[in-house]
Amino acid sequence: MRHHNHQLTEDGKLKHFLSIEGLNKNLLTEILDLAESFTSLADQGRSVKKVPLLRGKTITNLFFENSTRTRTTFELAAKRLSADVLNLNISTSATSKGESLLDTLRNLEAMHCDMFVVRHASSGAAHFIASHCAPHISVVNAGDGSHSHPTQAMLDMLTIRQHKEDFTPLRVAIVGDILHSRVARSQILALNTLGVSEVRVIAPRTLLPYDARSMGVHVFTDLHEGIRDVDVIIMLRLQKERMTGALLPSEHEYFNLYGLTEDKLHLAKPDVIVMHPGPINRGVEMDSAVADGEHSVILEQVSNGIAIRMAVMSMCLGSRQESQRKEETA
Amino acid sequence: MVEQVTPTEFMQESAILDLIDGMASQLKLHLQQNRISDPAMIGIHTGGVWIAEKLHEKLAISDPLGTLNISFYRDDFSRIGINPKVNPSNIPFEVEDKHIILVDDVLQTGRTIRAAMNEIFDFGRPASILFATLIEKDGRELPIEAGVVGLKPMLKQKDYLSLTGPSPLSLVIGRKTPDGDES
Repeated sequence: MRHHNHQLTEDGKLKHFLSIEGLNKNLLTEILDLAESFTSLADQGRSVKKVPLLRGKTITNLFFENSTRTRTTFELAAKRLSADVLNLNISTSATSKGESLLDTLRNLEAMHCDMFVVRHASSGAAHFIASHCAPHISVVNAGDGSHSHPTQAMLDMLTIRQHKEDFTPLRVAIVGDILHSRVARSQILALNTLGVSEVRVIAPRTLLPYDARSMGVHVFTDLHEGIRDVDVIIMLRLQKERMTGALLPSEHEYFNLYGLTEDKLHLAKPDVIVMHPGPINRGVEMDSAVADGEHSVILEQVSNGIAIRMAVMSMCLGSRQESQRKEETA
Repeated sequence: MVEQVTPTEFMQESAILDLIDGMASQLKLHLQQNRISDPAMIGIHTGGVWIAEKLHEKLAISDPLGTLNISFYRDDFSRIGINPKVNPSNIPFEVEDKHIILVDDVLQTGRTIRAAMNEIFDFGRPASILFATLIEKDGRELPIEAGVVGLKPMLKQKDYLSLTGPSPLSLVIGRKTPDGDES
């Protein structure tokens, strides 16, 4: 029997998208396949770049933490599916007047919202909301604390698949602030679920979680050694706003040791792709020559972000309808 | 949900190809009568594309064949959810002001064609759309008609025809509960 995952309906369909954890390879592949078919909406001679799939549905972006890029791509994804979108910047709304989170949720439910997209500085916030909101509502995690950021991980998987087709033989290196990165955690889970041959994390010891090895990765503290013969390099942003205390001597020192330059890139496979979730600190995580160079797929990641979010939204809202209908006819 | 009686072959490839020949002649006549010199063609995934490929060649249409996947335009998404394996639509020509021949394998309720027309209009405003179908069945739920029909067989309402292929093409008859039928 399948271990029951909070994110899935009883028949194994996606209801919430909170974390990569507990999702199997088939489901991740379904998300990638569906996202791939949504990417075609952007190009071609389409004069209308949207489909009527979620017409009449209301999606609320609940952002307890600012993120222009993530919010924008979620908003655009919802609009490309013809949903109505409500953006709530909670830090400036009712909570500052003393309304509790659960009261805010109840109010949104009373406005007949169908989905909450949640971004929060605390780990587990999206899970909390998913377990306390009305049963007809789906929740998508748009980043919670240093826990997870599953749509970012999936858009990275889509970008990798578009360039490498098969995950099985790949060696993937994740470089940078692994300790504070919810993106890295989600990426490692997704890469291992999709069955890559090796995941490496490369970081100074101060930016590695103490349990790094238990995440199913090989740990390197030397960039030269770590990126040798890899197919994919994922650079992480240095999360200056999450760092407390002196974890790094200086940005300059960090760039010397862990910054990606064209010279170092030669150590990887000749067809290596370089990724970054943005926004890039040029001259800290990587050289401009690398960020804008032929191996960089950073802007493709941004477009794929819209497609992945469309896929997740339509899968969550589609499965919900199906199981609801079953309940009605039963 | 789907109660399928053992499917039996209704028509073999050679007979299907004869029907497609007949459709091609009807289409040529229609184009002549309406003085359309440069039409474009769109097939609906999956069976409609197989028929359209053959018609496209027979009519020597200059624009490459377009293909349409109406999954994102269906009216039953809220009932059955989404199929993750979706071949994307691909319209490699300018739809605006074009005379379009839309091709599918089986016409029954008309809902697929409603969805297809909605999607075509998201690419632009065509000059006209003519619908050609290999098989026409009773059971229309929308005011939609085919301009060109390969065959209108005598079938019971519950008999479910589907095209398998692409090579060889074969029409298979089975029986489905009305619930799962969405041709």
